[in-house]
Amino acid sequence: MIKLVALVPLFPLLGFTITGLFSKSLSKSTASTIAGGSVLLSFIISLLLFFQVNQNPEVSHTVKLFDWIYAGKFSADLAFLIDPLSSIFLLVITGVGFLIHVYSAGYMHDDEGHNKFFSYLNLFVFFMLLLVLGNNYIVMFIGWEGVGLCSYLLIGFWFKNTDYNNAGKKAFIVNRIGDLGFLLGVFLIYVTFGSVTYTDVFSQAKFYTSDESVLVFITLLLFVGATGKSAQIPLYTWLPDAMAGPTPVSALIHAATMVTAGIYMVARSNILYTLAPTTMHIVALVGVITAVFAASIGLLQNDIKKVLAYSTVSQLGYMFLALGMGAYTAAVFHVVTHAFFKALLFLGAGSVIHAMGGEQDIRKMGGLKSHLPTTYLTFLIGTIAIAGLPPLSGFFSKDEILAAAFAHNKIFWLLGVAGSALTAFYMFRLLFLTFFGKFRGTHHQEQHLHESPKSITIPLVVLAVLSAIGGFIGIPEAFHAKHLLKSFLSPVFADSDLRMLPAEISHATEYSLMALTIVIAVVVILLARNKYVTKQELPLADGATMTPIAKLISHKYYVDELYNYIIVVPLRWVGQIFHSLVDTQIIDGLVNFTGKAVVWTSGEARKIQTGRIGYYVFVMVLSIVLLLLYISN
Amino acid sequence: MEQHTLAQTLYGIPLNAYIIVSAVLFSIGVMGVLYRRNLIIIFMCIELMLNAVNLLLAAFGAYRGDSNGQVFVFFIMAVAAAEVAVGLAILMMIYRNTKSSDIDTLTRLKW
Amino acid sequence: MLTAILIALPLIGGLWVVTNGGQQSKKLALGFSLSALILSLVMFFQFQNNAESQFVINVPWVPGLGISFHLAVDGISLLMILLTTVLTPLIIYSSFGHKYNKPHSFYGLILLMEMALIGVFTAMDGFLFYIFWELALIPIYFICLLWGGENRARITFKFFLYTIVGSLFMLVALIYLYTQTPGTHTFDLQALYQAGQALDINAQRAVFWGLFLAFAIKMPVFPLHTWQPDTYVVAPTQGTMLLSAIMLKMGIYGVIRWLLPTVPDGAAAYANIVIILSIIGVVYASLIAWVQKDLKRLIAYSSIAHIGVISAGLFSFSEQGLQGAVYQMLSHGVNVFMLFFIVDMIEQRTKTRILDNLGGVRAVAPKFATFFLLVVMASVALPLTNAFVGEFLLLNGIYQYNPYYSFIATTTIILSSVYMLNAYQKSMLGQINETTEKFEEPQAHEKHILWICAALIIFMGIYPKALLDVAAPAIQQIMSMIK
Repeated sequence: MIKLVALVPLFPLLGFTITGLFSKSLSKSTASTIAGGSVLLSFIISLLLFFQVNQNPEVSHTVKLFDWIYAGKFSADLAFLIDPLSSIFLLVITGVGFLIHVYSAGYMHDDEGHNKFFSYLNLFVFFMLLLVLGNNYIVMFIGWEGVGLCSYLLIGFWFKNTDYNNAGKKAFIVNRIGDLGFLLGVFLIYVTFGSVTYTDVFSQAKFYTSDESVLVFITLLLFVGATGKSAQIPLYTWLPDAMAGPTPVSALIHAATMVTAGIYMVARSNILYTLAPTTMHIVALVGVITAVFAASIGLLQNDIKKVLAYSTVSQLGYMFLALGMGAYTAAVFHVVTHAFFKALLFLGAGSVIHAMGGEQDIRKMGGLKSHLPTTYLTFLIGTIAIAGLPPLSGFFSKDEILAAAFAHNKIFWLLGVAGSALTAFYMFRLLFLTFFGKFRGTHHQEQHLHESPKSITIPLVVLAVLSAIGGFIGIPEAFHAKHLLKSFLSPVFADSDLRMLPAEISHATEYSLMALTIVIAVVVILLARNKYVTKQELPLADGATMTPIAKLISHKYYVDELYNYIIVVPLRWVGQIFHSLVDTQIIDGLVNFTGKAVVWTSGEARKIQTGRIGYYVFVMVLSIVLLLLYISN
Repeated sequence: MEQHTLAQTLYGIPLNAYIIVSAVLFSIGVMGVLYRRNLIIIFMCIELMLNAVNLLLAAFGAYRGDSNGQVFVFFIMAVAAAEVAVGLAILMMIYRNTKSSDIDTLTRLKW
Repeated sequence: MLTAILIALPLIGGLWVVTNGGQQSKKLALGFSLSALILSLVMFFQFQNNAESQFVINVPWVPGLGISFHLAVDGISLLMILLTTVLTPLIIYSSFGHKYNKPHSFYGLILLMEMALIGVFTAMDGFLFYIFWELALIPIYFICLLWGGENRARITFKFFLYTIVGSLFMLVALIYLYTQTPGTHTFDLQALYQAGQALDINAQRAVFWGLFLAFAIKMPVFPLHTWQPDTYVVAPTQGTMLLSAIMLKMGIYGVIRWLLPTVPDGAAAYANIVIILSIIGVVYASLIAWVQKDLKRLIAYSSIAHIGVISAGLFSFSEQGLQGAVYQMLSHGVNVFMLFFIVDMIEQRTKTRILDNLGGVRAVAPKFATFFLLVVMASVALPLTNAFVGEFLLLNGIYQYNPYYSFIATTTIILSSVYMLNAYQKSMLGQINETTEKFEEPQAHEKHILWICAALIIFMGIYPKALLDVAAPAIQQIMSMIK
């Protein structure tokens, strides 16, 4: 039964191979059926595995396929680990993945690259599954880099547009900066523990007391990888640009699955992190700063997908905040709920863009409520979920994170609450500007407004239901219900939980915290409603004069420009210098100089050969005489 | 007075005399080669040097009662003859081409 | 015996093609190289996975000087032979789209080159090794000189001088080692090992530099690399392939076989310097590759960067580093061959290699663009491609030597993606223009080559065990001599 796990990544791989190799000859419907079907099959097997694991979450299973890389004492097998953590991620990836395949069948129907798109999607699912299934860091790294490749391919899917290509390239390269940290972390793990297999590493780490700084380095290096993949400060800049990809890609890769890889990795290595408190502080700090920072940028973005992108960065920040607090379950919980509502929001946005004929600027939308009722309703559910109003899913997961923050560090909690207030504001701003008020687009667009086809709305409805009820897998203990997710995942985090300081807060405090966050969210939503519905304010047009702070925020704090001028430009300049000066002039110049020196010396030396016989004879006689004198002495 | 044969007379000359004579001859040859500019004279000076050596070889051979010295002399004479043949031929060609036998004009093989 | 046949076959083939090749030269040469491939596959399957030298031939050659014709194969040699015999037919096949004048000489020289390369990889006698080492230089010199591009005489001459200077140092070192062998002197590898290991540290240092210069120039290691970009650019495509895919592995192989076990203490004394030079080379060449406008030159510099990682790994004195180096030689061979082949296809179709003139090819030739993307991914060492296995092991080995060096060397994964993706984007993506609008998809023979390379890249990435197993015992043996 457990052996079936090999099939989980195999189906998408087969799907990729078939749709990829025969993309010319397959019809669109066949290709999307194969691609979607393969993910569906994986989903079914994942479900079976989930039930299997659920019977006895304590036991983790390893399925080894074959030796992969080995040299000397180092070895990394191609092997899978099935435990509660990976089975949860399997369900999210294949489940949401399948829905997005269905959605894409409708969304990409008229695109000439339809079949190629599906083959990329399948490849992505394959790599993502490897990422969460591997039983060692190297297999995780296959997935880790593989999803980066797919991300590159899909962001630059419309490859005739140079901006899109640049966005894809940027995503790949920034991710690789993170991967540098990841790789070094893995090397340090190997040097320290002599293995890269999770079970070996973690069982040794538990008793590793010789040098805490080693663990700090390991976890920090791995965390650098996570900041790349999960778009945290300072490596988050690629994610907003990644919105150049088709919308289903944004939903699947850049919201629901790939970007949560960093959270998965930290959760998987939880024992290492727990034993390195310094890193934990840094993780929490980066998380919470990212959460607020990205949320503030989200306030003034006018591209529907960009708003969602910064929202994703911000939500990922919350997950890292949770991880940094040692609230691993809360982080995974938020991954799951976020996958539901953020995929929903992106797909909803896709539906809007589809209806608007490709327009993404919310200043040119408005009043879509009546034209796109299903999209509106599902989008509303997603928005409420992310804003954190009960009883939708976002409330439970975010509340768990904030409660953990409150218990550990009041400042983080305060920032977290501020971030969630900002979230509520920009999300409702987005909702109001898009669906309320009057339509602001062209007449031509208005005539073509229509609800999207079934293949698009069905996934929306399914995800909306999940966003609505998904929170019930993790009802807080304060409500005297069983926290299903926590008990399911507890074997994975058992060792960490033992070592964490008990951070329980009383139920009374928790109730009041919840009440507070709800009140804040409602107030903020009312503010947004007042501003954008009642007063019908509009965001400023491009180029309008803004207050300095607004300008700073709407230019995303000039971080891209900063990176460009302090890293890219100087490095390229150095490369140019190396090329035109050092290599061709100095080093090769030295080589050529050697040659020229020889030529010059012989050129001078040959002048001794005057051609005059008398001179030769004279030198000869003189030499003989000197020679004789020398001998005779 | 005792009657001396030529050979006896020669034997009576001390070796030093031979050495001096051939040294003088050789030096004259060297000087000639160094100072003169005419190819033919240089050529003759070379012959002079060779003969100085020949004389010395013969004298040493006689002095030590070893015939190897005289054998060498024959070799040198043969080589000198060959050299003269080739050398004079070259000389002739040079003269025909340049209408001169002054070595200072022959600097085309420089560098 | 098999070894001797393996050397004789391309030799005979080469001579045959040179003398009677005529218009059939390319097919004849392909036939000969394919039969060498088959022979080497036979060897591969007969090979026992242990550290013993196998397929040994050892006959006295110049007994008075202790020189013997001693060939043998161990795991490392076997992999190098396979690299040679797999790539040579591909290189010959890749020329089917070209029409070279005097084809008989051209293809004959390629076969002679193959002979010399196999000789280098199997020689177990110092003198014989030197002979083959120099023999390998002659065909490639003529290939570059006679069929090269602009400025070929000057550049080829420079390449030749550069290499020959290095070889002379090696000759001196070998002769010195020879004089240190006990009893009647001999050039036998094992005897040289013993002689070298018995030397005091100062002598070992001197011998190290003698040998290392030759190998470093061949690889090439920064700052001895300046012959390479020019030569790669000016050589005919097949010459570039021979040089980059196989010939530069002579240097790496030389380090593994002739340098590290011979003077381990000398090598250890200078390992630090060599690694520093190598990782400087990695960053340096990568940055230069980034600003290149000519695709072929870009790949030449990227090759220097990749070789930098290999040579740093070699001197990490770890089993991972050595194993990685051996594996990476194979991967780099396949990848760089495919890259140059792709450059050649681009150049044949568009008559240019300048990146700014290209663009949008993917729209008209999606298959071609996909193959290109695959090899781009392989050369940035994406996992499940061949280069990842080697590069991972190498970087791991360097990490064990010094984490900071590893950090700098690992930036190759960032920098390589910068310049490769840049090149890919400029040539394949974006809007189509008049240079590229008639870009054709690969033709039959091109398709074969691309598919074979793609299969090799993926197979070697997914199941490296097949090859790692072969090299492992030999590497352990070398490790036991170094440690």
